[in-house]
Amino acid sequence: MADDTDTRADGATAKDFFGTVPHATALGLTFGTIEGGTAVMSMPWAERLVGDPATGVVHGGAVSALMDTCCGAAVMSHPQMGGPTATLGLRIDYMRPATPGQTIRAEATCHHVTRTVAFVRAVAMDDDSARPVATATGTFTVSAA
Amino acid sequence: MTARRAAPEPVEVTRQRRDQALATLVAGVPYITFLGVRFERRGDELTAIMPYASSLIGNPAPAALHGGATAAFLEMTAIISLGWAMLWPRIEGGGQAPGAAPALPKTIDFTIDYLRAGLPRDAYARARVTRVGRRYASVQSEAWQDNRDRPIAQAAGHFLMPPGDG
Repeated sequence: MADDTDTRADGATAKDFFGTVPHATALGLTFGTIEGGTAVMSMPWAERLVGDPATGVVHGGAVSALMDTCCGAAVMSHPQMGGPTATLGLRIDYMRPATPGQTIRAEATCHHVTRTVAFVRAVAMDDDSARPVATATGTFTVSAA
Repeated sequence: MTARRAAPEPVEVTRQRRDQALATLVAGVPYITFLGVRFERRGDELTAIMPYASSLIGNPAPAALHGGATAAFLEMTAIISLGWAMLWPRIEGGGQAPGAAPALPKTIDFTIDYLRAGLPRDAYARARVTRVGRRYASVQSEAWQDNRDRPIAQAAGHFLMPPGDG
């Protein structure tokens, strides 16, 4: 996904990096804490992200893009990660439509890293954090040392 | 005098009806416009095209498409292809193309395999509807760039069919 040699376990630098990703900017992503294998980021509701104009609900693909970015950030910030990483696989379960007008917030945790693969899970919520909008599990590459 | 069979429909009429129906299906979705994705039709086969734009970049150097953009591209290809498969018998069964955009299926789950880095150039995708039931459908989709035999990503998902449309 990105060269993170100087972003490892460093929230401020990881945030700087994601601030320069053009597609993250296009989606309007804002970044919370990114450190120690966990990442928090938000995607404010916007008309251009809508998938169903009848209801104003954000497109599933936009939620996927948020999840992919958040999972990647969690992996990059993991203390055992030293080099660049890329998404191998990502599965997203959509529990319910995000409430139109509300910011979607994603939290990702890189919970296990081997010599070859990093494992991540994530959850996305709107204002009603008790009922997740979506969950994701992902696998990411670990570059050879 | 025997009644003569009606002359076949002029091809312009057929083409116009089909293109109109596809445009109605796609036009209503702002996120498709945001990604710059458009759909080309040959008969009932759809190909989605995501022209390269700098806003799709996820990694500045070396430049690569954002995995989220690829995921979204595959998901909208799956949804539109499924919606199109539902619409086709209606417009070809002697009925009229619906004036308003028909309700689209909703994603239940979506799984993406990233096979190769997305290069900073145009991407294409097609979907295959492998099952349509009254409530659930299964769809596979695949995206490629320069070489059809070297896909950059493949995906599979389950979708919830709109009520009353089975």
